Amino acid sequence: MDAGSEADVPRLSARAGARSWRGPRRRHPALFTVVCAAIAALVLAACSSSTSTPSASSSGSGKVSGSVVVFAATSLTDAFNKIGAQFEKAHPGVTVKFNYNGSSSLATSITQGAPADVFASAAPANMKTVTDAGDAAGTPQVFTRNTGEIMVEKGNPKKIMSVKDLANPAIKVAVCAPEVPCGAVATAIFKNAGVTVKPVSEETNVGGVVTKVTLGEVDAGIVYVTDVKESEGKAIGVPIPASQNDITEYPIAQVKGAPNATGAKAFISYVLGPDGQKVLASFGFLPPG
Amino acid sequence: MDQQKQPFNPLLAVLAALAALFFVFPLIGLITGAPWGHVTDIITSKSALDALKLSIIASLSSTVIALLFGFPLAWLLARGNFRGKGLLRGLTTLPMVLPPVVGGIALLLAYGRRGIIGEPLDKATGISLPFTLAGVIVAESFVAMPFFVLTVESGLRSMNRRLEDAARSLGAGRLMVFRRVTLPLIWPSLAAGTVLTWARALGEFGATITFAGNLPGKTQTMPLAVYISQSSGKMEEAIALSLVLVVVSLVVMIFRRRIAGSD
Amino acid sequence: MLDADIQLRLSRLNLDIAFTVEAGEVVALLGPNGSGKSTTLRALVGLLPLAGGRIVLDGTVLDDPAQHVKIPPEKRPIGLMFQDYLLFPHLSTLENVAFGLRAKGTDKKAARDKASQTLARLGLEGLAEAKPGSMSGGQQQRVAMARALVTDPRLLLLDEPLAALDVSTKTDVRRLLREVLRQSNAANVLVTHDLLDAVALGDRMIVIQDGEVVQTGTPAEVTARPRSSYVADLVGVNLLRGTAHGTILDIDGGGKLTCAEPATGPVLAVIAPAAVSVSRQRPEGSGENTWPGQISAVDLMGDRVRVRTEGTPAITAEVPPAAVDQLKLDDGGELWACVSPAAITVYPP
Repeated sequence: MDAGSEADVPRLSARAGARSWRGPRRRHPALFTVVCAAIAALVLAACSSSTSTPSASSSGSGKVSGSVVVFAATSLTDAFNKIGAQFEKAHPGVTVKFNYNGSSSLATSITQGAPADVFASAAPANMKTVTDAGDAAGTPQVFTRNTGEIMVEKGNPKKIMSVKDLANPAIKVAVCAPEVPCGAVATAIFKNAGVTVKPVSEETNVGGVVTKVTLGEVDAGIVYVTDVKESEGKAIGVPIPASQNDITEYPIAQVKGAPNATGAKAFISYVLGPDGQKVLASFGFLPPG
Repeated sequence: MDQQKQPFNPLLAVLAALAALFFVFPLIGLITGAPWGHVTDIITSKSALDALKLSIIASLSSTVIALLFGFPLAWLLARGNFRGKGLLRGLTTLPMVLPPVVGGIALLLAYGRRGIIGEPLDKATGISLPFTLAGVIVAESFVAMPFFVLTVESGLRSMNRRLEDAARSLGAGRLMVFRRVTLPLIWPSLAAGTVLTWARALGEFGATITFAGNLPGKTQTMPLAVYISQSSGKMEEAIALSLVLVVVSLVVMIFRRRIAGSD
Repeated sequence: MLDADIQLRLSRLNLDIAFTVEAGEVVALLGPNGSGKSTTLRALVGLLPLAGGRIVLDGTVLDDPAQHVKIPPEKRPIGLMFQDYLLFPHLSTLENVAFGLRAKGTDKKAARDKASQTLARLGLEGLAEAKPGSMSGGQQQRVAMARALVTDPRLLLLDEPLAALDVSTKTDVRRLLREVLRQSNAANVLVTHDLLDAVALGDRMIVIQDGEVVQTGTPAEVTARPRSSYVADLVGVNLLRGTAHGTILDIDGGGKLTCAEPATGPVLAVIAPAAVSVSRQRPEGSGENTWPGQISAVDLMGDRVRVRTEGTPAITAEVPPAAVDQLKLDDGGELWACVSPAAITVYPP
């Protein structure tokens, strides 16, 4: 505590205190102008971005150009990356951009106005969310199917042989959350097999389940056959008999108001065509049937 | 000492107003977007109440852990004199700059079933942290404790240590010096640190879902419940749950001033 | 009674000081900044490790490094008044004063009662519930005093107690402090750089410079016969060192003076500035004790003027203000100084 401080504090003279305030414009004219210009620029940019078309032509000519934005379920990651590369080769100058996530998440984003051109869902239910909201252009088409498989650690140390083994309380099982397609598959499989399984975690997309299994955090997870094929070397699959298994259809559709409608149509055709189907089969997907 | 009143500065006022609105509009959005018709049904549903209960228990536990372990650490950093102090401080603040999911993965590699510490722990005792409430608490403590340590360290540094000398010269033993001099003097930063830590723990998502997983009733905290609702298109449910979190947080923030004393 | 022999080694200072203080006595430790006075206090409190020596208070050994005895600060019966008071800002005045009693185990009520009495004794009755931050410097100083006194310490240490006060408050508080110290039967050690404090409050003075004792004695003795230029400057007298051969004084650095009293060997000589007369011309009459020098400083000090000339020896003279004009002192130049032999006090160093 400084005792004599009262004497030391400088007092503003009456003169200085009485000087009238002149406003920022008079005091700092340059700074004020810069700030106003910056705010104006920000406002203009915000207003104009909603009307600008980031990618190129939807001019109606058959030629595809610019970038195509594809929202696809996580389980399609490797297959669609390959399809995308081939598509780009077939259409020079075009880039395909992918956003992989749980189908329910993607559906929500699209109904909230995300700027996607194509939506490829891992289940009809999530596509229905989009079509119900009027955000799909045209009718969705089933382009492939998938089915479930049990994924276990390399070497299968817990010797899991069937779905019934998963009901063992000592076995830690991870599945997708019921709202996500692979979660619905798991629920169907357990119902078909007549077992009650208590998972330790409900992941938000199938990638989460794969991670938990490969890290050894859980003993088993319900994933797609395609995920097991992708994780060759890091994990093993235990097949599920058809009587217990669930087959899920993957619909694909163009998003209404797609920035690149021509590109969207071309990509969907490619996926449905022989080249796309060949790639999907090579990754373990089932034909659309 | 009376403060001179600041002369009114419009530029400052405009910028401050913009900042305030920036924070207020999302809250207004939440309030207007809420399904006021059936909001009670949503927030009293089993899954919502479970999530709220888990959130409160986990965040409070993480705060207590931060207090117990963070305080000695803050003391060491503020008063200690040893080589590697800077490194230690950097390490304790690492969780603040890491993306939470990265933190979650790191936690798995350390304390997960196959983790450096987790594996021997599991083999020896059968205790495994992931997928348990304890796992949630570990994840939340990991991301929130640095806030506590930093705030309290700062408070310790800025107090006048000579007052402790004075207390000792008056005959006070170390415990009395701490209880009657040090603690009251650092109380504001202690309180602030606690509230900050609790708030961070309450809102934690990435590390929790990665390390502890997501299971309604067991590890699904409020932020996870909101995310699940939102990602499956149940926006109304997500908004209602979000509002609960906002209300809980607001209440604590308002009481914070009373606890810490006016600052 | 305090028997202190303190040897300390710090980065900037080697301290070697030994002194005693009787119960009820006030010893003033006087010295410039960095001389080791505050360090001495800290050693007495127990905050610094001794390199050698011993501290004994009322027969109890507080510190003896050779015997590995060291009583920690909180167990020493010492009262301490800090230069910056160090009142606990979050406690009321009463709680501040009661702190030492509570620390020693007194129960709350008894402590508060005794604290109230001490506050009243120092004229602070109405301020029991006030916080230090709301009080004036003089009041805070008295609270610090009360806090140090309330535990009836055997050794009272005051570190520059009046340094933070302005002049008018200083006089009042100095008076109060003198009263309080008079009534105390502890050994009191007062550290100060202000000669007035030392003279007004001390029964004895110890002058310390660069970690060593330079002079001890009563204030009267020390001020009349300073043994260091530090004290001489504080007192405001001329101090010369030299060798005496009877009544002739050979000054170190040049010059000869004739003194009234004979002496032999190395001596110190003190000349009051008022006893030095100056003129522009060589004064007529006896040639004794007159010498020229260039004016190096003219200082106006209220109603007096001091002029310094750099002759052999250099000397400071005190003249009436009128002399500045008469002798045109501001123009500088040569000035003759003259001192009568009777005005030179000679004593052994």
